Amino acid sequence: MQPTRSQKAQIERLKSQDGEGVILLKSFGDWTIDALRDAADTLEKFSRVNRNVSIQWDVSDVGRVDSAGMMLFIRYYDLLKSNGCSIKVVGVKSEHEKMYRLLRRYAPGDFGGRPALFSRFLRPLNGIGRSFVAFLLDITAFLSFIGENFVDLISSLLHPRSIRFGAIVKNIEEAGVRAMPIVTLTSFLIGVVIAYQGAVQLEKFGANIFIVDMIGLSITRELAPLITAIVVAGRTGSSYTAQLGVMKITEEIDAMRTMGFDPHRFLVLPRIMALMIVLPLMIFFSDIIGIAAGMFISHIHLHISYAEFLHRLQDVLEVRHFWIGICKGPFFAWLIAAVGCFRGLQVSKNTESIGRYTTISVVNSIFLVIACDAFFSVLLTELGI
Amino acid sequence: MSDTIITVSDVVTQFGKNRVHDGISLSVRQGEIYGLLGGSGSGKSSLLKEMIMLLRPQSGEIKVLGQDLSRISRSSAATLRHHWGVLFQAGALYSSLTVEENVGIKLREYTDLPLRLIQYIVRMKIKMVGLPEEAAALYPSELSGGMVKRAALARALAMDPELLFLDEPTSGLDPVGAEAFDNLILELREILGLTVVMVTHDLDSIWTIVDRFSVLGEKKVIAEGTLNEVIENPHPIVRQFFRGARGGIRSRDGKQN
Repeated sequence: MQPTRSQKAQIERLKSQDGEGVILLKSFGDWTIDALRDAADTLEKFSRVNRNVSIQWDVSDVGRVDSAGMMLFIRYYDLLKSNGCSIKVVGVKSEHEKMYRLLRRYAPGDFGGRPALFSRFLRPLNGIGRSFVAFLLDITAFLSFIGENFVDLISSLLHPRSIRFGAIVKNIEEAGVRAMPIVTLTSFLIGVVIAYQGAVQLEKFGANIFIVDMIGLSITRELAPLITAIVVAGRTGSSYTAQLGVMKITEEIDAMRTMGFDPHRFLVLPRIMALMIVLPLMIFFSDIIGIAAGMFISHIHLHISYAEFLHRLQDVLEVRHFWIGICKGPFFAWLIAAVGCFRGLQVSKNTESIGRYTTISVVNSIFLVIACDAFFSVLLTELGI
Repeated sequence: MSDTIITVSDVVTQFGKNRVHDGISLSVRQGEIYGLLGGSGSGKSSLLKEMIMLLRPQSGEIKVLGQDLSRISRSSAATLRHHWGVLFQAGALYSSLTVEENVGIKLREYTDLPLRLIQYIVRMKIKMVGLPEEAAALYPSELSGGMVKRAALARALAMDPELLFLDEPTSGLDPVGAEAFDNLILELREILGLTVVMVTHDLDSIWTIVDRFSVLGEKKVIAEGTLNEVIENPHPIVRQFFRGARGGIRSRDGKQN
């Protein structure tokens, strides 16, 4: 059977013959889904301007009808009726009537139609309200996650044998050792950038040697911790979310619960501990690489010899700057790992949500790391450290 | 207009060295519910995939709505795809779209109807397959197994297809749900004048809704016809199917209508 091309569905308003205010409608053509466009438009216009009139609707010349065409008829029939029109349908074919009777049951009720003007103005406010409530719920959920995690931490500190040292070591390797190349590369480039930008400015004043102060201080105190944390958030935070998310979808986490393996103890705590141990070490490593890169550029650009650089560094870089940088490590690590695991456990049934929560997790943890860093900056400066 | 809507003749299918079909022929008539029956691995799903142009047989000819699938042009393939609906075994609803968007996606892509009307048609189809109207706003992950099947059926029916392909429509449903689904398909055929091709190994479906069916086995069609015709077939596979313990109970009762 060759799919035949449908005749366009049409509807026409005939000249009223009997005068008495009766509008004659005549429809013809095939009322099938691919031919309905014009008829739908005509009916829409017609139903808007005609209220409280008598209509005689002649359907005797209609060809094929499918469920969409019948639905169109039913919809405007109801609409005109509710607008106070009286409608008489003439010339109905028996197969159309049969279809009408079957489909009538499934006609959807009025589902609101276009929202009223008032509610359209309110919609943005509604949206703001909803997202604010969602935000509060999110925070509540995060706090309860942290609480549960803290209780687990306490209980595992009371029973040190229950700490999963194997998992911690494995996570240290995954999050720390495997991340060395990328941390090296970014730290090196940051060192280069700082040295270059500083060198140009300092050269103008003939204060070349101060490049050492600048590099030493900025790298150890601010840049190494921040850059390392951001790299780790992008690399490890996202992988935590994805790993736990997949386990959630495949019901592995539920399986663990039924066997009495608390997912917090087995999955979350080892990850958080591992990252808190390894991030300070990575910051230390990043310090070395960053300063070395700065030293290299100073040598090339400002002709400061390596010995001179190191001698000056020992004089100007107080050890507290280094410790401040290192001490930020565990805080950043805790934020990254906690957010990563929290988002991972939030993943719901469908696969698409893994992607969504991974993105959210990375954005959240980078933001939190920077916010935390700003907080440290202000606090330590105020304290005069 | 000829009476047969799908003709499969001498189809050979091979995956690597594994020959699945070796000369399969069958035909589906206008307006009937046709079952493809067979054990696991008998190639019923592959045959269905060949009918809907997801797989290409090594040789042989498949004609759907008068079009030879192996020689079909791009444009007539596109038209053909508008004229059938497919229900996949696991529903295959797009997980990023709501039920309403899933059902309406073909309408929005392929017709120029006003959005309001599309919404109206979609609501009707959702109601027609027995889902509550509130389900329209839900995402597939929020539906139960039975609801996913129903939503997928609504999507398959969105464009008023002439031909509906169902891949194990009742698998994974409880007996009550499966029976309701069978009745739904019967009713929809009544309303929309569908021709239905279904892959199934649910014997209850075979008894109650299928008009004609074929049994696949040993890479061939070993029996084709109505239930009464097939059940008389002496082939051991057919006998196993219908005289086995599970089939036997129903055989004694006979068809229940």
